[in-house]
Amino acid sequence: MAADSTAAELELAPPRLGVDRLLDDPRTRIIVCCGSGGVGKTTTAAALGLRAAERGRHVVVLTVDPARRLAQSMGLGSLDNTPRPVPLDGNGASGHSGGSLHAMMLDMKRTFDEIVEAHSDPDRAAQILANPFYQSLSSSFAGTQEYMAMEKLGQLRRADEWDLIVVDTPPSRSALDFLDAPQRLSRFLDGRLIRLLTAPTRASGHAYLKLVNASIGMFTGVVTKVIGAQLLRDAQTFVAAFDTMFGGFRERAENTYQLLQTPGTSFLVVATPEPDALREASYFVERLSQDRMPLAGLVLNRVHRSPAARLSAARSLAAAEALQASVDGPTPAQGLANSGAAAPAAAPRYPLAVTALRLHAERMQLAAAERRLAQRFTAAHPGVPVARIPAQPEDVHDLAGLRVIGEFFADPA
Amino acid sequence: MRARDTDWEGVRLHVITGKGGTGKTTVAAALALALASAGGKVLLMEVEGRQGIAQLFDSPPLPYSERKVAVAPGTPGRPGGEVHALAADAESALIEYLEMMYSLRHAGRTLTRLGVVDFATTIAPGLRDVLLTGKAATVARRKVAGRYQYDAVVMDAPPTGRIGRFLNVATEVSGLAKMGPIRGHADTVQSVIRSPQTAVHFVTVLEEMPVQETLDGIAELRSLGGDGYGLGDGGFQLGGIVINMVRPAELTGKQLADAAAGRLDGHDIALGLKAAGIEDSIGPGGAELAGSLLAELTDHAREVLAQQEQRQRLTAVSLPRYDLPMIADGMDLAGLYRLATALQDQGAA
Repeated sequence: MAADSTAAELELAPPRLGVDRLLDDPRTRIIVCCGSGGVGKTTTAAALGLRAAERGRHVVVLTVDPARRLAQSMGLGSLDNTPRPVPLDGNGASGHSGGSLHAMMLDMKRTFDEIVEAHSDPDRAAQILANPFYQSLSSSFAGTQEYMAMEKLGQLRRADEWDLIVVDTPPSRSALDFLDAPQRLSRFLDGRLIRLLTAPTRASGHAYLKLVNASIGMFTGVVTKVIGAQLLRDAQTFVAAFDTMFGGFRERAENTYQLLQTPGTSFLVVATPEPDALREASYFVERLSQDRMPLAGLVLNRVHRSPAARLSAARSLAAAEALQASVDGPTPAQGLANSGAAAPAAAPRYPLAVTALRLHAERMQLAAAERRLAQRFTAAHPGVPVARIPAQPEDVHDLAGLRVIGEFFADPA
Repeated sequence: MRARDTDWEGVRLHVITGKGGTGKTTVAAALALALASAGGKVLLMEVEGRQGIAQLFDSPPLPYSERKVAVAPGTPGRPGGEVHALAADAESALIEYLEMMYSLRHAGRTLTRLGVVDFATTIAPGLRDVLLTGKAATVARRKVAGRYQYDAVVMDAPPTGRIGRFLNVATEVSGLAKMGPIRGHADTVQSVIRSPQTAVHFVTVLEEMPVQETLDGIAELRSLGGDGYGLGDGGFQLGGIVINMVRPAELTGKQLADAAAGRLDGHDIALGLKAAGIEDSIGPGGAELAGSLLAELTDHAREVLAQQEQRQRLTAVSLPRYDLPMIADGMDLAGLYRLATALQDQGAA
């Protein structure tokens, strides 16, 4: 049976993801890290960026929501929507590589404001920025963050100051939101409905409108009842002022979407070896292939493995129990016989070994459970290369920690 | 009757939030089971369209209606109660609301086809949230034949980053009709959410980001208090902090510090392995297996210290804390029962 499972495991071993090759290839211009929340996307993106920079690339990392200490370590104390240079200290190969690293944190409202300012005259821009409807749209619409991340990515690419852009996608309930939300926003702003609503008189001669006139009446009535006349007026004012930009919005979203389909882009799906995260990763992999987006592979984060894998969980646990029973002085049998008086004070002779063996057994069990989950993923997506990053005992919050993560991306010798 | 009081007597609506990946849905389900274990009926509700409850209970996708998903573990001589589940979404809630308020029977489908529902929930910030919190408040207060239909409602709420906006309904819909039906609805909802009948619990794991988000979320809810509703101080009632996926520390005290600093002597381990009859090989660095086990101990110790540091940060907010063990072999009903029992043992339910 043991032999069978080994054979099955070998059969299911995924191709190894060669991250260094990807980073070193000058044709790689954009790397998108995506996956569900809490899997370590930001850390992965930062580690990739650092490694690429220290291997000679000029890199900018676009992050959305980094942990405070990680952000500080990369010099991102403030959220100012501008790429900032990250000083690479002498520990790495940086001094000789000729590469560089910049990092920025996305400010979605400011990015939106800048689009408005760039595409309308100052008066009109001021009018739009002051509109209450615009203010809530730009700061809280579900999808604005994703749209603006895409927008920023497009801007960075056009600026052409960096030869590699690493993007960390926004934390959303589903990894797919990153692909869907921008289109949702542009569809919404571009939609027929918002136009019908905001221009009922202008379009009254339209044949289509005549047909649905009754419905539109009911529609306006219901919307007014639900959201109130004031918000509806704000929305109408906004649409009137924003009108010239609508086409631009859809076009920009489409351009960036196409950019993601070009060979210079690589998607890395990030997951932890847990059921929910791997399920999301599966959805994402399927979606990328549907949309013909270039998937580079899966980064399996926080994998537990043991340097002493040859000692099985069962054997380790049995040894721990045997040692636990062999207390100082009396033999185990005597210890049991005297348990009323002597046993409570008795300690195992090798307490540290008992602890180490128990811990090892636990770790082996965890590793086995994780391996089963990873194999399920590979069985469903056999061609997807995988890179494994071992779990770190502490959170990563400096360049040295990122470098350690980066080492695991090294290609096999 | 219960044998003893729990920490949240009188709470009818439990709101569960937490950073993504911390096991919010699992904890919500475990709390629902714990609350139902004394008998009675508890509703477990999700609001983000993820179908997380269905996956957890291994059932087909849940519709927009309440149905039984599990029976709670009872005690000898007293059977456990029932957990019902509901997957709420804003679109269905809006249609339900319109039908109820305006007797717009069958209008729902037309409105949906026209895109009105999508439009209204998109264009009006806060509308989506007020519909979902409204649904929770409504079921929490629903009475059948003079008695509450559910003894408690547990809501698997949006993540910590969005919880303030989600719950602060009255302010968020202030841009909506000043006197319209939704506005009146929002005021009612707010009087339930900001009352001793509702408690907001935070789920975290002992890592930097989730702990930071928990502290930020608590600070945010505290800063949103003072509107004069419900509670004495007019704020939200903060519940407990549920520390999820806790792995027991195998080392303590000096040994822990020594292990983390790499100061432990591997000799004891090498002797132990020998005594247990496990063969070791001698490499360039000494006994190989013993060395590897020692390295694992060091990793473990560093992890434990890092977790202790995060736990220390959580004490700053003086809220009750509950520990839930790591369930290594995948979550199933047996695992949920274990978590539910742990919550009960610690007085959370």
